[in-house]
Amino acid sequence: MTTTVDQGSATAQGEPNVLLKLWRNKETRSVIIQIVTMALLFAFFAYIINNAVLNLQALGKTFSFDFLQEPASYDINQTLIEYTSRSTHARAMLVGILNTALVAFCGVILATVLGFVLGVIRLSNNWLASRIVYVFIEFTRNVPVLLHILLIHGIMVHFLPLPKQAISVGDALFLSNRGVYAPRPEFLDGFGFTVAAFGIAVIAAVIFRRWARKVQEETGKIYPVFLICTGVIIGLPLIVFLISGSPLVWELPKMGRFNLQGGVMMLPEFLALWLALSFYTSAFIAEIVRSGIMAINKGQWEAAGALGIRRNRVLQLVIIPQALRVIIPPLASQYLNLTKNSSLAIAIGYMDIVATIGGITLMQTGKEMETMIIVLLIYLSFSLVISAFMNWYNKRIALVER
Amino acid sequence: MANTQNPDMTPGLVNAYEPGEHPDWPAPSSVKGPVHWIKTNLFGSVTNTLLTLLTIYLLYKIIPAMVDWMFIDAAYTGTSRKDCEAQAGGACWAFIGTRLQLFIYGFYPEAERWRVNLTAILLFVALAPVLYDNVPHRGKALIFTVLYPLIAGVLLVGGIFGLEYVATDQFGGLMLNVIIGVTGIAFSLPIGICLALGRQSHLPVLRIVCIAFIEFIRGVPLITLLFVAAVMLSYFVPPGTNFDLLVRMLIMVTLFASGYMAEVIRGGLQAIPKGQYEAADSMGLKYWQSMRLIVLPQALKIAIPGIVNTFIALYKDTTLVIVIGRLDILGIGRSSLADSKWQGLSTEVYVFVAIFFFISCFLMSRYSLYLEKKLHTGH
Repeated sequence: MTTTVDQGSATAQGEPNVLLKLWRNKETRSVIIQIVTMALLFAFFAYIINNAVLNLQALGKTFSFDFLQEPASYDINQTLIEYTSRSTHARAMLVGILNTALVAFCGVILATVLGFVLGVIRLSNNWLASRIVYVFIEFTRNVPVLLHILLIHGIMVHFLPLPKQAISVGDALFLSNRGVYAPRPEFLDGFGFTVAAFGIAVIAAVIFRRWARKVQEETGKIYPVFLICTGVIIGLPLIVFLISGSPLVWELPKMGRFNLQGGVMMLPEFLALWLALSFYTSAFIAEIVRSGIMAINKGQWEAAGALGIRRNRVLQLVIIPQALRVIIPPLASQYLNLTKNSSLAIAIGYMDIVATIGGITLMQTGKEMETMIIVLLIYLSFSLVISAFMNWYNKRIALVER
Repeated sequence: MANTQNPDMTPGLVNAYEPGEHPDWPAPSSVKGPVHWIKTNLFGSVTNTLLTLLTIYLLYKIIPAMVDWMFIDAAYTGTSRKDCEAQAGGACWAFIGTRLQLFIYGFYPEAERWRVNLTAILLFVALAPVLYDNVPHRGKALIFTVLYPLIAGVLLVGGIFGLEYVATDQFGGLMLNVIIGVTGIAFSLPIGICLALGRQSHLPVLRIVCIAFIEFIRGVPLITLLFVAAVMLSYFVPPGTNFDLLVRMLIMVTLFASGYMAEVIRGGLQAIPKGQYEAADSMGLKYWQSMRLIVLPQALKIAIPGIVNTFIALYKDTTLVIVIGRLDILGIGRSSLADSKWQGLSTEVYVFVAIFFFISCFLMSRYSLYLEKKLHTGH
């Protein structure tokens, strides 16, 4: 310890050490902590990457994504795009991504509809209905989602009859333990007019809705927007469809020699996953909707009532717009959960992204690192896209403050 | 109440009659009784009546069939599926009865199962001071709580103190769910607190590292992390070292839970008014002192419902270990379906496991509600 370095304050405290002095200062301390954190982090990553390199060398493996261009040579039972066993692993990965997206998309829609209905019934003053929904919600969300999937799949496979004795609904829909068969639409020439009419109707409805909102804001006059829009969107294509000579036939599933043939087939795996994810998530959404509506001050109901607005209108104009602000953020995380839970497909053999690239491709090629990295990145991008969209929507409906 | 309004209600009239005595007025809303209750709560309006009738029809369709299958037509004894079918057409609970030990202990050696029981009893001893304030010698009891994971590990794995060694791949059934759940929650709480504090930190590097970690964890499904534990994690340790799959799984589950825990605790931290931080600063408390003495106790109290929810979610998620070939209570149920004597009884197994999970999760959520009420000291 030399007296030359010591400043007055340091000697007063009897702490002549330079490092300690730096540590005592708030700014320098924060810089030190951050540098140390960075150093530790880099050291950690360097260590595990070094280990990985050594381990891969010892096993004679390389780290490359070349295997994606090799033929996959396995079959996938449900594909949205063309795929054969000679397609590449990259193609199999794409099939898996689409299957995940399909079940997540269908699940989100059904779960939202079901969740809103259940949430509203839960709040209704009908004691019986609200109790039943309460029991359903409590049971559903306190049981693991994997169990829901296995249970619904098990019931489908064990309780539905063989394709030969399939239960038919109006000779169009067939339920069997190999899948549900629905009629497939076959489009003839001239169906394009109907599609065009539908597009025009949608655009017209959007324009009308904007105009109606403007009128409402300026004069307070409210048009029955929902009814008119629905009427236009259904009516216009229907008229065009009939005028152009009904250019659509339905291909009905028929009993073949061993199995049902024709029509659209939905695998029991897809249905079980879809229904289970939707039921499970709808229980959570119902509670979110309930708490959202309950979060709106009773005074809002009373104030609207005092203005002489009818109950339905109050709900539509006053309560729901405010409740949505409370509902949207947790709803977004439920959508994320549903998408992530769809990865449980692997338990019943639905070929989603985990089952294709993270399952069979991994087993066949032995590329654990590469395939797992791909799967993790895909899920991360799914999550980012969903939360970006929900954030955008949340911002749009958020309360505009001073 | 909608039907208590009267168009010609005037103050004078109100005073002229005793409550409920005016001849033109409906009975006051305080009138109670089954008929009145049914009228308002079940048949209040047209939609209400329709809803009631629909619900009654649904109940009529579902309940008798379920009771029949579960209780009346069920078979409780027997040694094979044929025995059950000979007795009744409903559920075959005999299957569950004969496998109950397997459901609880997995493949843990029969002679050593007292160790699992002892660990379970000690778990309640360790939990008591956490769950209830008025436990005698709470301070000392909490030391035991902190040491509990170590004691449980030694008891279950053995290999020292004369306890026979039991390999972790023999762990299974309910005990596996509880081990993973308890470990996950015990270790994710402190890690989650650190991550939450890091996320709120003024130091950009710390903040970014914590945010990246939390967002990564929350952006991927747990089963992909379990896959990472199963196939990838062993690449990251020095060549030649080999560590147990159960340990790898526990690490991943803990990291997963701490990502969610961090967000729950962040919510609690954000609910603390700025004045509390400032007050702590003005007292001259250092960062860790103010956190430990002022901010965290309040934040954790606010976050308790979220913490319990995270635990319930984690406990349910422990069933996912079957995707990497470990047999928890659900996995044991599924694997015993392969027994040719009992084939095709999957519904019974799933219903049994579902009821079990329902009861345990429901009790936990009730406990969190109770705790929330008890700690509600606000205005």
